[in-house]
Parts: sequence; structure tokens; C-alpha cells
Amino acid sequence: MSTQDIRLGADIGGTFTDIALDLRGQIFSTKVLTNYAEPEQAILDGIEIVTQQAGIGYSDIDIVIHGTTLATNALIERRGAKTALVTTEGFRDVIEMRTENRFEQYDLNLKLPAPLIPREDRFVVSGRLDAQGRELQALDEARLNELAEIIREGGFGAVAIGFIHSYQNPIHEERARDILAAKLPGLPISISAEVSPQMREFERFNTVCANAYVRPQMEDYLVRLQSRLKDEGAQCPVFMIHSGGGLISVETAIEFPVRLVESGPAGGAIFAADVAARFGLEKVVSYDMGGTTAKICLIEDFTPQTARTFEVARTYRFCKGSGMPISIPVIEMIEIGAGGGSIAWVDSMGRIQTGPESAASEPGPACYARGGERPAITDADVMLGKIDPDNFADGAISLSKDAAANAIAKDVGGKLSLTPLEAAFGICEVVDENMANAARVHAVENGKNISENIMIAFGGAAPLHAARLCEKLGVDQCLIPPGAGVGSAIGFLKAPFGYEGLASRLVRLSDFDVDDVNSMLAGLRDTAERFVRAGSDGEIQREITAFMRYQGQGWEIPVAIPDRKLVASDITLIGDRFSESYARFFGRAIDGLGGLEIEIVTWSMKASDIREKPNAAALLTKGSAVAVSETRAVFDPSSDGLCDSKIVERSQLKAGDCVIGPAVIVEEETSTVITSPFDAILQADGTILLTRKEA
Amino acid sequence: MAGLSEIRMQVMWNRLISVVEEQALTLLRTAFSTSVREAGDLSAGVFNPQGLMLAQAVTGTPGHVNTMAEAVLHFLGEIPKEEMFEGDCYVTNDPWKGTGHLHDITMVAPSFKNGELVAFFACTAHVVDVGGRGFGADGKSVYEEGIQIPIMKFAERGVVNKDLINILRSNVREPNQVVGDFYSLAACNEVGHRRLIDMMDETNMLSLDELGEFIFSRSRTATLERIAKLPKGVWTNQMTVDGYDTPVTLATTLSVKNDEVNVDFAGTDGISKWGINCPLIYSKAYACYAVKCVVAPDIPNNSASLEPFTVDSPVNILNAERPAPVSLRHVMGHMVPDLVLGALAQALPGQIMSEGAAALWNIHISARPEAGKTGQNSEVLMFNSGGTGARPALDGLAATAFPSGVHTMPIEATEHTGPIVIWRKELRPDSGGAGRTRGGLGQIIEIAPSEGHEFDFSAMFDRVNHPARGRDGGEEGAPGVVELCDGTKLRPKGWQHVPAGKRLILKAPGGGGFGPASERSESAKAEDRLKGYVSEKE
Repeated sequence: MSTQDIRLGADIGGTFTDIALDLRGQIFSTKVLTNYAEPEQAILDGIEIVTQQAGIGYSDIDIVIHGTTLATNALIERRGAKTALVTTEGFRDVIEMRTENRFEQYDLNLKLPAPLIPREDRFVVSGRLDAQGRELQALDEARLNELAEIIREGGFGAVAIGFIHSYQNPIHEERARDILAAKLPGLPISISAEVSPQMREFERFNTVCANAYVRPQMEDYLVRLQSRLKDEGAQCPVFMIHSGGGLISVETAIEFPVRLVESGPAGGAIFAADVAARFGLEKVVSYDMGGTTAKICLIEDFTPQTARTFEVARTYRFCKGSGMPISIPVIEMIEIGAGGGSIAWVDSMGRIQTGPESAASEPGPACYARGGERPAITDADVMLGKIDPDNFADGAISLSKDAAANAIAKDVGGKLSLTPLEAAFGICEVVDENMANAARVHAVENGKNISENIMIAFGGAAPLHAARLCEKLGVDQCLIPPGAGVGSAIGFLKAPFGYEGLASRLVRLSDFDVDDVNSMLAGLRDTAERFVRAGSDGEIQREITAFMRYQGQGWEIPVAIPDRKLVASDITLIGDRFSESYARFFGRAIDGLGGLEIEIVTWSMKASDIREKPNAAALLTKGSAVAVSETRAVFDPSSDGLCDSKIVERSQLKAGDCVIGPAVIVEEETSTVITSPFDAILQADGTILLTRKEA
Repeated sequence: MAGLSEIRMQVMWNRLISVVEEQALTLLRTAFSTSVREAGDLSAGVFNPQGLMLAQAVTGTPGHVNTMAEAVLHFLGEIPKEEMFEGDCYVTNDPWKGTGHLHDITMVAPSFKNGELVAFFACTAHVVDVGGRGFGADGKSVYEEGIQIPIMKFAERGVVNKDLINILRSNVREPNQVVGDFYSLAACNEVGHRRLIDMMDETNMLSLDELGEFIFSRSRTATLERIAKLPKGVWTNQMTVDGYDTPVTLATTLSVKNDEVNVDFAGTDGISKWGINCPLIYSKAYACYAVKCVVAPDIPNNSASLEPFTVDSPVNILNAERPAPVSLRHVMGHMVPDLVLGALAQALPGQIMSEGAAALWNIHISARPEAGKTGQNSEVLMFNSGGTGARPALDGLAATAFPSGVHTMPIEATEHTGPIVIWRKELRPDSGGAGRTRGGLGQIIEIAPSEGHEFDFSAMFDRVNHPARGRDGGEEGAPGVVELCDGTKLRPKGWQHVPAGKRLILKAPGGGGFGPASERSESAKAEDRLKGYVSEKE
């Protein structure tokens, strides 16, 4: 671990595998198509390219950091192992009954997502703990021995164990694992108390099932990847990025592969957090817009917001509740079906709608002229002049503006008596408004005001829409860093060795046993630090959070707990911090309600090695205007029409140059649209700053 | 460019819907009442200065679809405009002017911009307690069901009415939580107001008139187009359900005209002496919900999109007048969609789902230590659902709420709230009505008092004696069962006792089947047997 001069990040996404190589600060990157049959091959192909660019060999690489969407895809496409769930008698159907709710109330033909493990593969055993973790009924060990036979004969590739109240006491789950493991050597067994020790059985059981379900496949893949790398001469360790944005060893990832879900987007958030640190920006909203979705994440003090649970594999228009819950620490972001490929259409009330259906890469938007006939966001961007059809992807693909205009006219303009240009503007306005609404609601849910943030935009489509989004959100500044196309892979290189341990333990402030809490926190600390030590011997920083509420409420808010041995007087301190935090979220704390208890539901301990923070460079907010001769007609929302906009090559700009909006800065992978309320100033590191003109 | 104002209006409409979503979310996050925060029993909306609803949050439950829309007009009728000030907030729980029972608190707040009234925000939530006999069917009149708050000011110019809070605190069992929820409701309207003003500032809007006209004309046109496509005529339906102590027959006449769908409840049985009566405002909400699901599910709720759906009724159990007891009005209210869908099924043969469990199988448990022992006293509320009716092309949904929009809560959380142990909460095999498509399965729940405790519970269950009927040859769903583990049968409604050492067993009903069972595909039958949804019988 001593030197990490040469670091390599590899991000396997749905379409592309991105490779970024950091050679003592110099970045080399490439994109290759993801290889579904042999994902490791795409990584090796990519490494071949960047090592040649950099003039180094495999053996020179000091560390490989890898994130992958393979676990997510296995869950979405249901391509995991045949898995058995062993659960408490009386609760066979927890993962099938879900919340007993219809996520879309007006659709009488609603289909609920099928449980990850079908009913015939779910087995019950008696044995029961109460809410405090005390045994009410002994575990039926004879039945477990029978189940071992059934599982063996059933040809199962993995086992998940989830018992009621195991987050309080893992004794039955551990015993059940031991009995099954003795009879079923070699079969991977996951228990919910280890994978996700959080209260709420639907979420916890589903999480342990997901872990077991993807485990054989991920193990095969990771073992293959390591051995192929070794064969090529790499001697360095491989680490995995997890959904919470930290690094874990491959061995941990093999045991807890569910922690790899959403690791790619987590890399994007770390990328943005690193940009924030480079400029010393304390309040940032990251905006990542690709081909299919847009993701928005809040980053405060250079740290992305995290959550304890999220939903993957949404089956119904990205509708909340239509996927499966995964309870693990995760970088919290909101994802909506708004990308360059999202299809625009008109609903029964004559309202323009966008997504979530996507034209994807095949057939692609109509302007690709590869058979796509329905208008996508990219078509609207071409129509509005934001993208130059003759200079897209460095001229590699020539786009057809006529095809874009025809598709827009047919599906949108014609239905609303709008010209293709007006309809294209309508499409962009709707998609931008949808993203703005999602960002606003997400900020409100986290007790924040979105307009106080600076935006960091990356991903192929984000720079085309960022300025207009800032106008809608009242955001005054937006950064578009270089390398935005492979942001996640670069982000991996910045990730700390970090782990977040969670425990559900209900503690009322009126009944707060300091010793008990100290010993629980010590246990969490040991666990979290053990994971960090697997990859780092540097100094460790910790962050302790209690998730608190008034007794009787159902939603908890995070409150920071001092990182030291707690003493009795800390109870008042924690209560005060809760009240302050509550007021920040909801306007005012509830005062003067005698007897209303405050309680802590869940505890979190984050540990990570301390990374050297880059020396923050001040943002250049003033520049000298550059003279630009080339112009193109680009639609400008504030001017209600096409405006002559300056066209500048990003590579021609130098630090301190100012491009007065309206303008477009073009580069190989994307274009940055500067609407008339904004100017752009190039920073020393090549980042573009969009800054609102002074009134 | 002529098209631009069209586009801007569309964008503002989206934004307004987002404003009310934020409003509803604030309520979900701050509410104390389990039925709000876990089950989503709430609603939120924005209105123009004339009291017409512009947008309603999707978050929430259908029971409030248009109850709130009418409630705001009542507030306007009682509080003169010259007595409305910035920072005001008005409140009521009048079942006939709010949403049907005293537990639902409705708050309305005016929204001023530069001293001009530009909008009203309204929201409704179910609070934990309102005093009286508690949440149950045993009150003989609304006067026994709890404190009644006539339309009045909760806050004037930002100052909360302390007298109201004092009276409230002395009249309810959980004063902290109830008062907390009053504050949550007020906060949620405040959030809506702030977001609206932000939006108007950003877009230089002085009033919502133009936007309102755009929303109303679009919604009205779209709704009328849908109604025009329906077959015209008059259809009737009847459905008998358990009621409290004697069966209750619900009846409806559905008339589809060129520009209106009317539901009339004439022929329905009279007012019950138990608290299962429904004020018309609530029956109407569920009637509109059912029709809207079939006719115009994708059109957002607002005054214009709801206007063509009308409801009439003589005085009866679905149009109970003051002072009838109405605490459990949801049990009859939840039956209204099945009643109305049965009439629609004749207008649209082969297209309408079968009857389902309909009413939630909610249970309120009051647990305490056995005499002479020490332990915990606690009130526990659980939401449970039976199966929905089979759809023409799809099986019914197992253990899923319909028509209500609520969630259940995790049993691990429920067991933390009181001294009970839930030994089973699992699908109920063989409970879905057979058919070409099968009714959704109900569920089995077993609850026991913890060691050294006993409990009373308020039963509010239906379809025990009158199961969900199939359609087009489909068979009935299994009826519900309420009993002790020793086989003692219990009543489906009213307060009853579960002694220490015994388990309460609830078997929630299944949905009815659709089409003849003989036409069910072999693969579907094999799947049913493999998964144990249907046991060995063929």
C-alpha cells in the first residue's frame, strides 16, 4: 500500500466500460463497449489502450479500483443463481407481500414486481425472537437438517437466511447457517444480520436475498478478473468501490456483493465531490445526465449525502415503490428517466411528456438515422441548434437534422400545432422542468434549499442542459469539469478506503444508558475499521450519526454524535442537536410538548482513511472576454427564439478566458450550452465555470 | 412564437403539481399519526381564490379525492374574505364538511402575494385520537365519537389559537401527538405557500388565473372526450355486505350521459345505529375514484376533471346525516368502488375487474398487563389487506389494498410499539376466487399478547358473511374469518377480548374470480399448485 503512484479505475456500465489511468496526476482514459459474456475482457482491452497511451506496462500499475453495474443488472434482468430463502415460520411471504400497497393508484391493471425468490423456493423453520432479541421459541434444528437435504436435492446455487428480529440478535441465523453449512459444504450462505442488520423485515429479507442471488455470479467474475490481471503481469491489489462510495477488498465484495449495487453512480458522486474539494465548494449539487437517466446528488463539505436504503430495478416508469428495496449504506441520489435517448410524446391532455422509455443506442434517436422514428431529447437538442449535426462525436457520426425535425413534427409538433422548433423547445423545457422538480423535491426531503448550491455537471447530455436547469433552480454557478465523459472511473481513483456500519437499536433519550451505547458504538467501530484496514494503514477518520425522531413519528433525521466516549451530559447535547436539525428540516421544532419523547432508531459509524485534500483553488469568476468569429443559431429560452450564438472549441480556450453567453463550447464528447443569462470562464484545470451575469 | 405560451403553461402546470407533492411529502415526514406516516392516509392540494382545486398531490389516498375540493368551499362560505390575513390557517374536523369522520383534520391556509390573495392550500390527515369512544363503531351518535371542531382559525396572522390547543389537549388521549399533527398540517400548507410564491416570483406571475384557465380547459376537454366514448345508458347494481349486526345492502344506479357520469345511491339501506355510516362526501370520493380509474385514470385531479362525475343519494348509510355516528365510515366507503364497478361492468362487459376484499382489515389493539402483573400498556394499530378482484386479463393482487391507497407496516416495527407478538402474517392459500383469472389471495395473521399481557381489540372487518363475488362466471373469494386459536368464533365488528395465552387469528378475505374456472390455462393452474396458492384440489 506504500505507493500508489499509478492508479487505474475501471467502471463497467450498461453500454460502455470506462477506464481511467492516473499516472502521478496525469489522466489517461478510454471507453470501450461493455462485453456482457466476458466483462473482464473489456477491462483488459481498455487497460491495453491506456497503458499504451501512458507508455507503461501492467506491472507498473500500483492499484486497480473497480466498480461495476453487473450486480445491478443481474437483479434487473433476473439472471442470478437459483436461491433458497430460509425464513421464520409464519413469514414465508414477506418478500412477496411487500408493503401491500399499489404504487400507482389509478391503474387497475397494475402488475407488482415478482419476488426475487419465488414462493416454492422459500422455506420456513420455527424459532422466534422478540423485539428485544430474546428467544420466544427455540430454533427447530431438526427441520434445518431436513431443509439441507431439500436444498441439496433442489439444485440450489445459493442460500439466504432471514429471520424476524435478527438485527437485534443474530443467534438463530448464525446457528442456522452453521447447520446448513455443515451439510452443504461449498454452497454460499448469506445471513440478514450480517448483510443488512436493520429493522424492517421486508427490506432486510429482500437485501439478503439479493446478496445471495448475485453472489455465485459475482464470485466467478471477480476471481476470473483477478486471475486474468495476474496473467497479464499485474501484481497490484484490486479493490472494489461500493455503493456507499468507499473501497472494499475483493474478498469482502465476494461475500457481500449486494454492496456493489449502484457503485458506478457512486463513482460519479465522488468525482463531483473531488471537483468540489478542488475548488473549496461546500454546497454542491451534482448533475449526471447520460443516455437513459439523470442522477442528482447533494454534496456537502465535499461529502456526498448518504442513505441507508434505496430501491433498484424499478419496473414501472421509475415509480417509487415499483422496485426492490436494498438496505445498505448508499450514496443517496435521485434518478429519473431523463437522458439524451428519452423519448418525447404527447399525452391525452395534449401535454408533452418525456421518458422513461429510451431510444437507447439501438436504434438511437431519430437524428442518428439508424431506424429510430420517435423523437428523443437528443433530437430536440439538435433541432434547437445545441448540437452541431455535422460535428458530433468529433465527426464520427453525422446526425440528420431533417430526421430529427420529422420525428418531432410527427409525434409532438403536429399534435399540438407547434412548429418543429417550438415543439423541440417544448420537449427540452419539459425534460428540464422534470429534472428541476426532482432536484427541488430531493433537496426538500433532505432539509436543503437547492438554490444555495453550486452545480457540477457531467455525463454526455448534462452540459447541454445544465445552464437552463440552473436558470430554473435559481442556481448561479455551474462547473463542467474535464473528463466528464468518464467521470465515474475517475471518481473511483479518489475514493477513500471507507466503510459504514449500521445498527438498529431503539434508544429513548429519557432512558439512555451511556455504557450500553458506548459498547455498541465500539462494536460498530471495530467492524468498520476492520474493513478499512483491509486496504489501508493510514490514519482513520470516523463519523457517527444517530437517526432520530420524536416518539410516534416514522421518519428519522440524521444527527451527528460526538466521536468519543459518551458521558451523561452528552444526552442533552444530542437532544439539542436534534431540535436544531428538526427545525432546519421542517421549519420549527416542536417545543413545549411536555412528555414528548425523543428517540434514536438507527446508528451509523463511518470510518475511512484520511485522504490528502487537494489544495483548494479559488474559482476564477472574472475573465477576459475572448473574441469569437464563428456563430450558429441556437435557441435561447430567455430570448424566446433563435439567437446567434458564439461557437468555441474547448481545446482552444485557456485559463481566464471568458465566453459571453449565448454561446456553445464544443468538444469531442459533448457541448456546453451557455444560455444568455450566463457567461463561461475557463479555470486553470480546464473546468468550465458557468456563472450568472450580474443583474 | 405563438407556441411558447402554450409550452410555458404546460411547464407551470407540472411545477404546480410538484408544489403539492412537496406539500404532501412534508406532511408524511412530520406526521405522528401512524395512519399518515405509514399508511399514507392524507391529501394535499392547491386551490384558486374562488376555492376551485387546481392540483392535488398524487401522494395520498383516494378517500380524499374530492372531499377536500368541497371542504375548501365550506371554509370560504364561513370565513369572509375580509377576515382572511397573511399567516392565517383554518381548521375543521366536521365529518360533513371535511372528509367523513372526526379523526380527519382538514386545514386550509390562504396564500398571499404582495397583499393579494392568490391561492389556498389545503391538506387533510388522520390523527391518532379525537377523544370520545375512540376509533370504533360503538358510538351511538357523532357526539360520542369525540371532540368536534367547527370551521375556525387555527392561527391568525401566524399566531396559534391557544384556546383551541388547550381544549384539544384536554379532550384527546394522546395530546402531544395530536397537537404535533396539527402543527404538521399547518407546516405542510406553509411549505406549499412558500414554493408557490417562489414559482410565481421566478416566472413573474401576478395571479394563477391564466394558468388555472389552462388547466381547467385542458382537463375538462380531455375528461369529456373520454366520457363521450362510453356507451350511454343507465345500469344498476346491488351488493350486500356484513354491516355491524345486520347485513347492509348497497345499491346504485349509474347513468352515463354525453357529458356526465352520475352515480345515485337510491335503494341503499338506511342509516345504521352503529358508527359505520358514511357522509355523502366520502361515498362520493370513492364513487368518483372508481369511475375515474376506468374512464380517465391518467387525467390529473382538479375541479374541472372531477366536475363531470356527479353523485346523488337520498339519506341512507352512504349519505348519513348529522348526528349519525360515522367513525368507521371507511368500511362502507371502501365498498363503494366494488358497487360502482359492478354497474360499470354492465356498460363495459368483459372489461371490469371482479369484487375484492375491499375494506381494509385494520385492527386497533389495546394491550395491558394481566391483572396483578406489571408490564406495558399500549395502543397498537395495524393495517392489513385481503385480495383484490381478478382482472379480465390478470389475476387479482394478493394481500394488496384496494381501493384504499395505504401501506402496511413492518411487523418488526409494530412489535416495538406494544406488548404483542405477531406469529404469522402470510398469504392465505385457496382464498382467491377461482376463474379464468383468479382472485387475489387474502392473508392469515396470528397475534398474541406478550407473556403476562392481554388485549382488547376493535374489530372493523367485513366480507366475513358476504364474500367478494366473481364476475362473468368467476367464483367467490373466500370469506374472512375472525377467531381465537381454540376455534372460538369472534364477531367481525366491535371491541372484543383476547386473554393471555391465546392467539387471535384473522383470515382476510380473497378476491373474486373472473370468467369460468374451466377456462383457466393449464400453465396457470400448474403455477398455482407449484407456489401453493391453490392446494391439491383440482
